[in-house]
Amino acid sequence: MRSFLNRVSHWVGPDIAGPGAAFIAVMIVFSIGSPQFLTGATFGSVAFQLPELGLLTLAMLLPILTGGLNLAITFTANIAGLTVAWYLQKNGGVDAGPGAFLIGSLLAIGVGALSGLLMGLVIAYTKAHPILVSLSMMIFLRGLGEFLTRGGDVSGFPAFLQPIGHGSILGVPIPLLILIACVLLWHVLLTRTKLGFGTYMIGSNIEAARYSGINTRKVLVLVYMLSGAMCAIAGIIMLARFNSVRVGHGESYLLITVLACFLGGVNPFGGFGRVIPVFLALVVLQLLSSGLNLMGANQHLATAVWGILLIAVMLLRWASSHFKIFKRKKG
Amino acid sequence: MRKIIQSHATEFALLAVILLISLFLSLATERFFTLGNAFDLLNTSSVNIIFAVGLLVVLIAGGIDISFAVAASVVQYVAALLLESIGGGGWISGLVIAAVLGVSLGAINALLIHRFKIISIVATIATFNIYFGLLMFFTRGVSIYNLPDWLTSRVILFEHEMADGSWVEITLPVLVMVVCVIATWVLITRTTTGRQLYAFGDNPEGARRFGINVGAMQFIAFGWLGLMAGIAGLIQAHYAQEVVPNALYGRELDVLAAVVLGGARLGGGKGTVLGCVLGVLMISITQNGLNLMGVSPFAFKMIIGAIILVAITLSNTSIERLLPFMREGARR
Amino acid sequence: MTEPSGAHAGPRPLLSLRNINMTFGGVKALKNVSFDVLPGEVHCLAGENGSGKSTLIKIITGVYRPEPGAVIDYDGQTYAQMSPVTAQNGGIQVIWQDLALFPEMTVAENIAFQTLLGRWPRFVNYGHMREIAIRALKKLGVTLDVDLPLKDFPIAQRQIVAIARALVGEAKIVFMDEPTASLTQSETDHLLEIVRTLSTSGVAVVFVSHRLAEVLEISSRLTVLRDGALVGVYPTEGLTQSRITELMTGRTFDQHVRAKTRDANPVVLEVKNLTRPGQFEDVSFTVRKGETLGITGLLGAGRTEIALSLFGMSKPQSGEIFLDGKPVRFSSNREAIEAGVAYLSEDRLSLGLIQPQSIADNLVIASLDGIRSGGLLSDERKQRLVAQWIADLGVKIGKQTDAISTLSGGNQQRIAIAKWLATDPKLLILDAPTVGVDVGARAGIFEIVAKLAESGLAIILISDEVPEVYFNADRVLHMAGGRISGAFDPRQCTLKDIEAAVYA
Repeated sequence: MRSFLNRVSHWVGPDIAGPGAAFIAVMIVFSIGSPQFLTGATFGSVAFQLPELGLLTLAMLLPILTGGLNLAITFTANIAGLTVAWYLQKNGGVDAGPGAFLIGSLLAIGVGALSGLLMGLVIAYTKAHPILVSLSMMIFLRGLGEFLTRGGDVSGFPAFLQPIGHGSILGVPIPLLILIACVLLWHVLLTRTKLGFGTYMIGSNIEAARYSGINTRKVLVLVYMLSGAMCAIAGIIMLARFNSVRVGHGESYLLITVLACFLGGVNPFGGFGRVIPVFLALVVLQLLSSGLNLMGANQHLATAVWGILLIAVMLLRWASSHFKIFKRKKG
Repeated sequence: MRKIIQSHATEFALLAVILLISLFLSLATERFFTLGNAFDLLNTSSVNIIFAVGLLVVLIAGGIDISFAVAASVVQYVAALLLESIGGGGWISGLVIAAVLGVSLGAINALLIHRFKIISIVATIATFNIYFGLLMFFTRGVSIYNLPDWLTSRVILFEHEMADGSWVEITLPVLVMVVCVIATWVLITRTTTGRQLYAFGDNPEGARRFGINVGAMQFIAFGWLGLMAGIAGLIQAHYAQEVVPNALYGRELDVLAAVVLGGARLGGGKGTVLGCVLGVLMISITQNGLNLMGVSPFAFKMIIGAIILVAITLSNTSIERLLPFMREGARR
Repeated sequence: MTEPSGAHAGPRPLLSLRNINMTFGGVKALKNVSFDVLPGEVHCLAGENGSGKSTLIKIITGVYRPEPGAVIDYDGQTYAQMSPVTAQNGGIQVIWQDLALFPEMTVAENIAFQTLLGRWPRFVNYGHMREIAIRALKKLGVTLDVDLPLKDFPIAQRQIVAIARALVGEAKIVFMDEPTASLTQSETDHLLEIVRTLSTSGVAVVFVSHRLAEVLEISSRLTVLRDGALVGVYPTEGLTQSRITELMTGRTFDQHVRAKTRDANPVVLEVKNLTRPGQFEDVSFTVRKGETLGITGLLGAGRTEIALSLFGMSKPQSGEIFLDGKPVRFSSNREAIEAGVAYLSEDRLSLGLIQPQSIADNLVIASLDGIRSGGLLSDERKQRLVAQWIADLGVKIGKQTDAISTLSGGNQQRIAIAKWLATDPKLLILDAPTVGVDVGARAGIFEIVAKLAESGLAIILISDEVPEVYFNADRVLHMAGGRISGAFDPRQCTLKDIEAAVYA
């Protein structure tokens, strides 16, 4: 029993306080503000909107933990989506079979990982700043995507893709199930594997990690590859949800994913941050936008409120650290 | 001479690359190596250069700003509304309004960063979302087309008809850009405040021990970028002859790439106005050249992204390895 | 025995502090401290890490404000607190341990930095700055290219720049915080020469240090701090390093030579003609099971470079390394660790340990395979392993999940040793294991080293403090200019013999 409690408290941790408080605040405010808020419809819409942003945030999380950033995530997702679309169209378009989709998806994940591999190699071997490397990769991929699609939509996919974007199993949307699976995968990766361990250590001090026998180059390359692969999964989900691929889809998510990570207590300099609080932060962001929608506001106001929420959490963190020093001085 | 090359390696490398590209484009296309095209380039790059020199100051002081482009959108929109409410105004009142609004938005960033100890990337990502979200919410995404006449009419400062009948023009944005570039250059290289900014970005703790006012540094850096963003916003509205609330969305990362290409360092203490201008120009020259060569506009960005990626990779690896004498010279 | 000198009727102090108190987050950093400096004297301010030396300097220079009640008399004026600007304008200069220089700026700007200060913007006069810089360097008898950025110069020359900067203004008193830590002997000699010149020209110099051997001879008085309180002020005449150590720690140490013969033990490491041009040349030695081999020499003698090659982090150009009689050639430190080589870095703060991360993670980082179960890392196994090592090495910690930076230097070093012991090494290389460790805690580290050797580990102990290797190693090698220039048996020579060889 004790060890179970320990485990629960370990899961909860102190870094969950920020998003946890925000979660409670959001629930209370909207329950009072809008009678429809505490209904299945709200949570249904959250459950369907969460996965795209969530998967991209997972892709952003790993590089941030190493002290970097991957600004290419949204366009990596687009390019991966294009890869699937290309393979499906090559194999009959609307009439393509599930096998073609499966192979296409694997190809897409490969493409995503390849973009990550390239960034990881440059970052690991030249020590160029990840912001710059991923920024130029982003500009490149955006250009590549626009070049391939001439700025238009690609659509016309087989009908069996519908459920992946819109279906449910036992009332739980399939995209959400995929997200939860990926969240758990990332959690295990970060807490229970050598790669995850190395990710945190590199984030705090890459040279000291190298002196301690961690293969820092390998870890960096793998981190960006996994980030790219996760983008690809997001890209496939987006393809299924919109039944089309357009370069620029989800572009506005880019900085939101960074915001979600910081809101979830991830250290902006790397080295600290856990998946579960980040997941909770994502739920809060999505509840906020759904709640505001119910009250008649649009997504843009929600975006602004997200920014305000991030500042509020940072201010609280600042105030609490001040308060602590103040208290100790007195005692 | 070696000393100059050594201390400005990035600028010389960029200049060399720009010359190479220009040489190639002059041979490959007829139109590239004409005065008219050169001035076109300047006219179109003006807004980005104004942004770039502003961002440079923040990078030198060790910060980063993601919000400046949407801040410029906020400025141009609010300025357009204000100008309408005061019955039109003119260039003077327009610039004053834009400058005040821009500096205020920059000061909000500085306040969050200095007073509440939020690191600059977090603070400016938050304000990026706030500025853009509120702008889109209150404007409902509606553009403004009926701007005052003085703002939309082209101001040509110099024009000359060439022998082949084409026109060479220098327009107002170029003049404003030149003023901004010179002002920034004076600030960061010729004034004690500018050198304090470098010192603060280079070694914040050291600067603090010398009694440099850290808060003032943040407000000056972000205020300057705010000022430049405000001016750039107004000039962009003048250039485009309309105010579209999301027109500048996404510009921040392009400008950041150009500034860093020009040798500024994320982390502070390094960067020059010349490098920064060359960084922007290199990207616009490439784009311009590709355009003249008849390359599909959709391929531009891809090629530019690839060029930046290669440039960053090379600048981090081999400059020192390719030119070892530069290091040895210093190590006596 | 030297006794604190009481109120003396000598010259009026240039600087006099009374009632200095300072608290950080509930911890009293300074308790009612007094401190005097006479005009033109050379004064030592000694104390262990955390004794309050740096805090005191930061109060004198206005970086920190003391608690109310403080009295600072300086040059005929009385202040309740200083500000950086008043201090600098009044002629108080500091050469910080980290130098507080600006690497991207030119030498001229660094030296004439004061001309850039001030609240209101002015235009910069570069010509004037160059003149100031060249004049200041001339005072020191040094020529540097003042137009190059500072980052192009090695650390010793940067230190000269820092000194030159301190001399630009009308300096009346110069504080030097651990000035010799990164200098070679000849550079130190040069520095001491400069200090003498300053002192005769009427500038007071205060050395802040916990290693005083070099500066003791040229200083006249010594102020000792311990745990934020004043221990006393002593004339340096006849004071020995061991007496100072007693004053700083409040304890007495008696050291004896531990060396024993281990010739019967099998050879663990054999190095033959190892060469890496520019770093070390033609180095050969052996280390036996259970043996502690001391390597000493000045900074830049190639000690650390050899260690890094043995640890697979740099490739020797020629020569051979045998481990347990088998030739080895590592292409990374991971291979070295695998083969049983462990290397404790000299730079614990930035290379040895990952300061923000937890004690537990720092301890297991090099032996992750040992805490795996079913392919995944196990938290329980990690906790058990850490608990066991902490008990074995007698480390005092709060929680395993606390950041390692919360520990004292001595306890951090024990965790660093535990980290390498957990990899089950054959050979442990300890590079300057007592840097940043309080004098009082050093003995404890060497107790552990002795025990490890007794249990059969081969140990290479690298230190630039000759007494450390003299007392704790079985054999001592002296390195100079990348070569081994002498071998000593501590049982058959005196400490002076080795010191004479090293500092010759």
